Amino acid sequence: MLQIISLLVENKPGALMRITGLLSARGYNIESLTVARTLDPELSRMSIAVDVDSTLRQQVIKQMNKLVNVLQAVDLTESPAVRREMVLVRVRTTQGTRTAVLKEAEIFSARVVDSSTEGFALEATGDPEKLDEFIDVMRSYGEIEITRSGVVAVSLEGKKLKLQPPVLTEQRA
Amino acid sequence: MSTLTNGAKMLLECLAREGVDCFFGYPGGVTLPLYDAIYDHHIRHVLTRHEENACFAAEGYARATGKVGVCCATSGPGATNLVTGLVDAMMDSIPIVAITGQVTSKLIGSDAFQEADTFGITRSCTKHNYLVKKLEDLAQVIHEAFYIASSGRPGPVLVDIPKDVFQAQGHYTPVTSIHLPGYKVFTEGHTGQIRRAAQVMWEAERPFIYAGGGIIAANASAELRELAEVLDAPVVTTLMGLGAMPSNHPNFVSMPGMHGSYAANMGLTHCDVLIALGVRFDDRVTGRLAAFAPHAKVIHVDIDPAEIGKNRAADIPIVGDVKRVLGRMNQTLTDFSGTARPAGLAVARRSWWSQIRAWKEEHPLAPVTSDTEIKPQHLMMEIDRLSGGEAIVCSDVGQHQMWAAQLIRFNNPRLWINSGGLGAMGFGVPSAIGAQFARPDKLVFALAGDGGFQMSIPELSTIASNGLPIKIVVMNNGHLGMVRQWQELFYNNRLSSVELDCFPDAEKLAGAYGFKGRTIDKPWELASALEEAVREPGPYLLNVKVTPFENVYPMVPAGGAINEMVLGPPQPVLAPK
Repeated sequence: MLQIISLLVENKPGALMRITGLLSARGYNIESLTVARTLDPELSRMSIAVDVDSTLRQQVIKQMNKLVNVLQAVDLTESPAVRREMVLVRVRTTQGTRTAVLKEAEIFSARVVDSSTEGFALEATGDPEKLDEFIDVMRSYGEIEITRSGVVAVSLEGKKLKLQPPVLTEQRA
Repeated sequence: MSTLTNGAKMLLECLAREGVDCFFGYPGGVTLPLYDAIYDHHIRHVLTRHEENACFAAEGYARATGKVGVCCATSGPGATNLVTGLVDAMMDSIPIVAITGQVTSKLIGSDAFQEADTFGITRSCTKHNYLVKKLEDLAQVIHEAFYIASSGRPGPVLVDIPKDVFQAQGHYTPVTSIHLPGYKVFTEGHTGQIRRAAQVMWEAERPFIYAGGGIIAANASAELRELAEVLDAPVVTTLMGLGAMPSNHPNFVSMPGMHGSYAANMGLTHCDVLIALGVRFDDRVTGRLAAFAPHAKVIHVDIDPAEIGKNRAADIPIVGDVKRVLGRMNQTLTDFSGTARPAGLAVARRSWWSQIRAWKEEHPLAPVTSDTEIKPQHLMMEIDRLSGGEAIVCSDVGQHQMWAAQLIRFNNPRLWINSGGLGAMGFGVPSAIGAQFARPDKLVFALAGDGGFQMSIPELSTIASNGLPIKIVVMNNGHLGMVRQWQELFYNNRLSSVELDCFPDAEKLAGAYGFKGRTIDKPWELASALEEAVREPGPYLLNVKVTPFENVYPMVPAGGAINEMVLGPPQPVLAPK
């Protein structure tokens, strides 16, 4: 099972490199990674799906929490969380398949975002497994092209965020 | 209102405010503005002969004092040459701030002359690193760098500064606070856990203290000693922890691990409570993990939460500064002193101690000497005699390092300086330069093999030009001894690329730099030659030709359990008649 990690990081150059470097240095392959600004423009939220042996998951989280730019790293693999992903699918259709494709899209609550004589561009969101099925169904209608966003996750538990207060220069000595 | 200054001067102002009195480096194109500012600044810049050695010297300085060591290099090749030293400091948790020059901001990314992606390259070999993009950030970044390097689990921090930032004009505003919301430093330790740990160790039948470099980093030697005494428990210190407990203390056993003593390894294997303090259960200590301290409840104190449970699960984990934790632990134990212990405990403790003494006597780390040749162990015993537990010994990496760790005693922390985690050859001589600058009052030995020494020869120039009275002792066995030992034991003695012929004439080599040198190979010359070296007011190079094929024992073969030591060379089997 993939490990799902949610990180709150400072929006600074190099922060992403430190996190991915930590994973690649251990030979872990990142399945997906998303990052975007939070309500505070100085902070970013990152969701990572990565293939880590279950015995090493906690170590990965601890190592991430050691990074100066990481405010919080949490493992959402087995804790209550919502995991969603978006996919954009371009599907080629013939006159004969157009209606059937639209029907299938409706079943998966996908939206048509572009339509032409060639076919459709569809947008679907859901948990990653659901999207796998959607993609399989669309494939049965012919050649398709897809772009997946990677999983984004939000914890359903209130995790206290402990931030470090400023250290005064004279306190250090 | 402060006076107008430039980035280079501002950097030096920050270093001065951080208490830096000297730093080690090598100039180059993009650091010209910095070196121009150094020209008339009171902070001393020491020119080493290679950037790697500047980093090792900064480490020597930091290891000898506990202060942050500083090194400096130019962009491109200068910065890449620092990498080994940075990784070394990372592995051994040594506080270093490395300053590198970078090409002018607008040239970054254009494959400019002497450009390298220093920020990217050093990401994984630093605790944190910075690329300063504008002068306004410089002072804040430098002070943050010192704070990060020296707080929590210490480590190296690199600051990459483009040439135009050194040149830019601006005003220095003193930095009054540092705000790193994501930088977590755990110091106090959980009160309940400390109490539980104290209870468990108090009631242990066979307690055993396993202390490491964390004790030295935290300046917690006095607390460690008190714990050992209050608990009356035996103590082993790791390669990084030598000196944390005085070698002549009755509770001190020796070093454990791959080349640790029989008593230390047997103690670890048979204890019922293992008190692990500022250690990381390194593979060179534990041997096969599954067989390490198999009967022990583990109490693990470390400032880095990621070390807890990394290699060995802890029964009682305590995240905190080992000095503060031990201070409170000792208080709790002292409070227990009046209370009655479970029946039979005193008997169990007595028999544990007599067991440990028996192990010590059964297989002591005995000096090996010969009438005809100088045994490496003999050399270490002589250095030990001259040091009396008080000299600084900066060791290189290999067989000599292990013999020195086994046989040279240290009464205090920060005397034994070596590349532990990384095992970087070429560390001994340059780290001695840093240590001697930090402690001009101390007798400093640079102890190297003939391999590592030859990596460091350029620094003889630094030693000579600064008149550093370092005693360089080369344990010359004509081989890369440790690799040769493994080839002998595990590769059918097929000695491949380990012979080091053509070693320079020590007297001529030292003479070429203007100081004294000598080669000896007779055991009766050893004591007087070392005494002569120590008496010499300046530097001295003593090349000691030792038995070429001596192996380090005890030895735990890779993947073995630490109680399965090979205690000595295989005895010749008598042919059946």
